Amino acid sequence: MNGINYSDKIPNNVNLSEDRTLQRALEQWQPNYLSWWNDMGPDGSQDFDIYLRTAISVDPQGWAHFGHVKMPDYRWGIFLNPAEANRKIHFGDHKGEDVWQEIPGEYRANLRRIIVTQGDTEPASVEQQRHLGLTAPSMYDLRNLFQVNVEEGRHLWAMVYLLHKYFGRDGREEGEALLERRSGQEDNPRILQAFNEQTPDWLSFFMFTYFTDRDGKFQLCALAESSFDPLARTTKFMLTEEAHHMFVGESGVSRVIQRTCQVMNELKTDDPAKLRAAGVIDLPTIQRYLNFHYSVTIDLFGADESSNAATFYSTGLKGRYEEGKRTDDHVLKNQTYKVLQAVGGKLVEKEVPMLNALNEVLRDDYIKDSVAGVERWNKVIEKAGIPFRLKVPHKAFHRNIGALAGVKVSPEGRVIPDAEWRDYVDQWLPTPGDRAFVAGLMGRVVEPGKFANWIAPPVMGINRQPVDFEYVRFN
Amino acid sequence: MDMSDIQVIRQHLIDPEICIRCNTCEATCPVAAITHDSRNYVVDAETCNGCMACISPCPTGSIDNWRVMPRARAYSVDEQLGWDELPAELSEDELAAAGVSAAASLPPAPEVVTLPAAFEGGETFQSAQYGATVPPWSAAHAYTNLYGGKASKSATTARATVTGNLRATEVGRDYDTHHIVLDFGTVPFPVLEGQSIGIVPPGVDASGRPHHARQYSVASARNGERAGYNNLSLTIKRVLEDHQGNAVRGVASNYMCDLQIGDTVEVIGPFGNSFLMPNHPRSHIVMICTGTGSAPMRAMTEWRRRLRKSGKFESGKLMLFFGARTREELPYFGPLVNLPKDFIDVNLAFSRTPGQPRRYVQDAMRERAADLAALLADTNSHFYVCGLKSMEEGVVLALRDIAVQAGMDWDKLGADLKQQGRLHLETY
Repeated sequence: MNGINYSDKIPNNVNLSEDRTLQRALEQWQPNYLSWWNDMGPDGSQDFDIYLRTAISVDPQGWAHFGHVKMPDYRWGIFLNPAEANRKIHFGDHKGEDVWQEIPGEYRANLRRIIVTQGDTEPASVEQQRHLGLTAPSMYDLRNLFQVNVEEGRHLWAMVYLLHKYFGRDGREEGEALLERRSGQEDNPRILQAFNEQTPDWLSFFMFTYFTDRDGKFQLCALAESSFDPLARTTKFMLTEEAHHMFVGESGVSRVIQRTCQVMNELKTDDPAKLRAAGVIDLPTIQRYLNFHYSVTIDLFGADESSNAATFYSTGLKGRYEEGKRTDDHVLKNQTYKVLQAVGGKLVEKEVPMLNALNEVLRDDYIKDSVAGVERWNKVIEKAGIPFRLKVPHKAFHRNIGALAGVKVSPEGRVIPDAEWRDYVDQWLPTPGDRAFVAGLMGRVVEPGKFANWIAPPVMGINRQPVDFEYVRFN
Repeated sequence: MDMSDIQVIRQHLIDPEICIRCNTCEATCPVAAITHDSRNYVVDAETCNGCMACISPCPTGSIDNWRVMPRARAYSVDEQLGWDELPAELSEDELAAAGVSAAASLPPAPEVVTLPAAFEGGETFQSAQYGATVPPWSAAHAYTNLYGGKASKSATTARATVTGNLRATEVGRDYDTHHIVLDFGTVPFPVLEGQSIGIVPPGVDASGRPHHARQYSVASARNGERAGYNNLSLTIKRVLEDHQGNAVRGVASNYMCDLQIGDTVEVIGPFGNSFLMPNHPRSHIVMICTGTGSAPMRAMTEWRRRLRKSGKFESGKLMLFFGARTREELPYFGPLVNLPKDFIDVNLAFSRTPGQPRRYVQDAMRERAADLAALLADTNSHFYVCGLKSMEEGVVLALRDIAVQAGMDWDKLGADLKQQGRLHLETY
């Protein structure tokens, strides 16, 4: 093993070239990572030159360097946001103390669990998306997919760095396990269920990047408040990259809607059958995809009452979204929060200690953020003069985790009998027929500047490049 | 130019239709100029200093929007928070109604400071990003915007009298470059080498509007084309065809080339406060130009020549790379080859000499890699590039390759050259 040219190959700001222990750990891990990437990374695309953004430092000038690179040669760096001098713990029982540069022994197990759970989602989504390149609706979208993929790869590196640097042998073992689990594999699946689902088509991909990557954003935001300073700084920097994934999702769905509205106006129809015959995705189908991805994603925040959530907060491991901007006491001992439960065929609010409800608090923040983007999609429909509105379903709809798991609730939030659910579920969630139709639309369009019929071109290219720029060179 | 003098600004705005409210810009902004409500992310024009730190981190491109606005009418934060889409650009008429004339010169569009990654292949190399926007530390103070338009000290234009009009090339059929001398008499019009002025051609265009001003680099030294006189010279090529080779007679260039001694012309400016020469002892100047891009090089060379003659300057090196299609088309060929070899190191490149392989300035530069490498390694060296846009990338790539071959870190050197005002690009 003649290893790695540290300063060049792995751009970093963690003094990697002088940290022998870390080097040895990464030298073991890096070849396995590359072999995982070759096995499970984007299918048949390893030899393409792709116009990718690479972070080479954390300042505004450094983290958005663009150029054509092959994905296996991508420089997966290790970056922490610059340290804040004298940063203090600002929530929980340790509030006011100095943040930790090393892990306190008593919190080691919980922190490892948090980091591994976060880390596991990164390679999982690469695996989920690995076949999408074969049906890209344009070269521009293909490039965006690969950008998302390499950044998920970098986020895995970021988590593995923490495991290697701060958790010794257990950390190295967890690092290996992250490369061994496989999305959707029965005997060794990824940790969270949403990351074992397939991402079979590009509408699913856009919905996933809009909704599910946004869960990632909220988890990262909560971890960016952590008292364990290296975790806070790592996740803070990851958020800058996560923004690109939100963009791919929001603009992707928006372009699908735009194209559908255009054809609706051309054909003067809102008949799904006619629209499908014209090769675009009707708005009710988009609504059903939205319902699915939204409900699956809000499950990711965990049970609405959770003692783990309380422990993570009180011990300072994981804060709330924008903890620093909130004006309460940041200890939350005597406060309460309302969670939903189904009692006697009705959804009722129940007041519970806020510390136990922190998953619900984060979920509600997430919902607010998601709704805002859906309203921007509605602007596109409104602009086309079409009387249709997309909306996120009630938060009790189609839940599989927490007190609402299994309760049959309509998208409007009415508890309904099983029979009614069965009658209407095909109007609420994508049917096999919907999925087959969308899958049937997927065909590879990769000529620069050309777009599949079911999606509008973007308003601008990447990094001020034109839309018809050669974002991917097939060799 | 003092910022408080600017009444016209390029207002930085975020496109609410494209923005995804990811907060990256607000988190990045070093001066907290960006804020948001539940609806929009907006930029406070009073606070934004145009540093561009937010531009490349933005995942959507929505951040990169600019509107020319009278400062007094800049969109407020509250206005922006209410937007569903960006307002249209103000039309020329609307700007004129707000007291901004078409001739007003704007603050230059800010440039992203990001340097492109040096990946293999080089096709994505963006040379323009290496160009400095600040002058060298020892530059003299440049006066700008003294005449013409709202952004200027005086709304009126200046008039100058033509006191010379000579051909600067051999007589040829399809090219004709003139050396034109303008005298300002008693009108104060101080210029430095590297600055430019605007000429407003008389009359109106096809749609009845006054012609736009055309900008030309000053080809003479700071103390006058003739030392001690309030005059300056310009190098102007008669435009006979457009970039596609179609026959087009350029309005301003033909007007200028046909001027007679004694005619007067309408002038605005001066412009430019970064493409300026260093003045400290032993500062080196490397000049790379094609065609009329030689004007600022002639100016700098002449000022150094006068200083040397006066014995007051501890001379730095002058190195010139000068390209043209043929020897006959090279402006100032005669005077140039008569300059002493120990004063200036002249390298010519001709791309259309019959029977000879095409040779461009960057080829000449690569031949002189050893000397250029030494200059690149010296913080007293300043590089100036002026000429056609198409040369820029080749020239900056040549500099990069020379640096890399000499074992220098181009990422760092390129950034240093830019930040220290030591690499200036003026291409058109």
